[in-house]
Amino acid sequence: MDRQAVMQQGLAETIPVPRLSPEARRRQLREKAIAGFITLMAFTGIAALVLILVFVAKEALALFTEAEARHEASLSKMFLPQVVRQNRPPAFVWQPVSGVPKVSMIPLFIGTLKTTAVSMLVAVPVGVFGALYAAEFAPRRLRELLKPVIELLAGIPSVVLGFFALMVMATFLQDTLGLNTRLNAVVAGLGLALAIVPVIFTVAEDSLTAVPRSYREASLALGATPWETAWKVVLPAAAPGILAACVLGFGRAIGETMIILMASGNAAIVSANLGDSVRSLSATIAAEMGEVVVGSTHYSLLFFIGVQLFLFTFVLNMLASTWTKRVVKKLTGSAS
Amino acid sequence: MKTFLKSLVAVLMVALPVAAQAGTVTVKGSDTMVILGQRWAEEFMKKNAATKVQVTGGGSGTGMAALQNGTTDIAMSSRDIKPAEKDKLRAQYKADAVEIPVAKDGVTFYVSEGNPVTSLTVEQLRDIYLGDITNWKDVGGPDAPIVVYSRENSSGTYVFVKEHVLKGEDYVASAQTLPGTAAVVNAVAKEKYGIGYGGAAYAKGIKELKVKQGNEEIAASAENIKSGKYPLSRNLFFYLRNKPAGEVKAFIDFALSPEGQAIVNKVGYFPVK
Repeated sequence: MDRQAVMQQGLAETIPVPRLSPEARRRQLREKAIAGFITLMAFTGIAALVLILVFVAKEALALFTEAEARHEASLSKMFLPQVVRQNRPPAFVWQPVSGVPKVSMIPLFIGTLKTTAVSMLVAVPVGVFGALYAAEFAPRRLRELLKPVIELLAGIPSVVLGFFALMVMATFLQDTLGLNTRLNAVVAGLGLALAIVPVIFTVAEDSLTAVPRSYREASLALGATPWETAWKVVLPAAAPGILAACVLGFGRAIGETMIILMASGNAAIVSANLGDSVRSLSATIAAEMGEVVVGSTHYSLLFFIGVQLFLFTFVLNMLASTWTKRVVKKLTGSAS
Repeated sequence: MKTFLKSLVAVLMVALPVAAQAGTVTVKGSDTMVILGQRWAEEFMKKNAATKVQVTGGGSGTGMAALQNGTTDIAMSSRDIKPAEKDKLRAQYKADAVEIPVAKDGVTFYVSEGNPVTSLTVEQLRDIYLGDITNWKDVGGPDAPIVVYSRENSSGTYVFVKEHVLKGEDYVASAQTLPGTAAVVNAVAKEKYGIGYGGAAYAKGIKELKVKQGNEEIAASAENIKSGKYPLSRNLFFYLRNKPAGEVKAFIDFALSPEGQAIVNKVGYFPVK
């Protein structure tokens, strides 16, 4: 038989479709239903995110569309110094509940910046070095104890951490550092660090242990000490993960509300002194949202702050992910 | 799946507005009045087992907002209703808000127990809170900077002090704002050179400042507040959307009865009658 005949025969014959038993068909249907359900769930999450963004932006938009709001809280009033009392130099003041509302965002930016800076200054070294110790130096037993304990710290509600900062840390720090005010950026920042350390530690530790064993063995075999191996080989190899850890911690620090609300004193001051009380963007929303008349300029302002917070973390995450990609490229590029 | 549906139904039932349920009176608002409201509710429920009274705080503004949204029956407020709030309520419910004074309170200024200053004039308080006086030595105290504590701007006490002490001007920027009078009391107790304010009922573990008028030092005492001699006294209000009726009316009647007003005394405020 030649090939053509075979082909023709093959075309003519209908291949019998395998008949599914009712049991199998039911199973197939169930599979499909579950897949559909999971897809729906995934899209619900995304839809919720988009809807939240739209809602927040919409409420903030009134600030730019309504004449009254535009007059009361124009961009120049939000970001440039204003004369708030007669015969005084212009200043940045946040006093939204007032005969003439003062709506400068600058003190709030400074507040968020100060608490975040303090917390990162403390949490990054503690978290990263803690992770390095746990991954490279700690004896197995200790490591198995250390990890869950620090991860447990991540589970402490922020209101409890805030309470601790307010009642215990504040008095202690004031006595030891001789600060003028009991509640200030240092107390809030340290309280915040308690919340961030576990985040940084956990992610950094994971990325450190993920570094292949062969790296360490090669380094040790070449005569490097354990410290040199950890510092010059393992840490750089885990750099993208550690960077991601720091970004996660930073995002948490910017958005964290309760600890700052309780421990910072919430005075909107423009000063570089870390011993002064601060008012952060997130704490401002939390403290003032309860009172505000729905639809008023103040209400839109709070949503506008929300939009700004969202943009911060969004831009930060984007920068971090591109940076991480670059680091990965550099590391793998130099290795090959 | 069945249990999932059941739990979903349960969650929905809890989530439904409580105000809509029969036999429940919700009271929300001023943190200053929460303790008072809860005592009233306890005693009232002992007598009327069928009615449930739920009392929550959050600040006078929060109560007003809840009254507007319809999530509470009664809003507790330690300040007068604002014109904007009044207009919104009228627009939404086609009736004027009903205002019922239920108790009297004096706003007291506190300092730490170790502070030698015992009295200040209203003008001195004003200058401290405006930031014109920043050292205790300017008001007869030790040479130390004044740490100013205030309330969050959702508080009725914040508005009261702003209007009656600051004459409508803004608090100094360095004034630290704390959630709740209890937090202010706690902070002042721990801060040697601090000053704070709040309702008289809260003043425990700290020193209450007397208010100086001329040569007289007036304490925030019962008779001074009742007679109106103490310059910084205020009414505490219930606000309603409409004329009270049914269970809400019964609760308010109880609060204004001699028995209810005795509770006012016990909690540390002063009766209106």
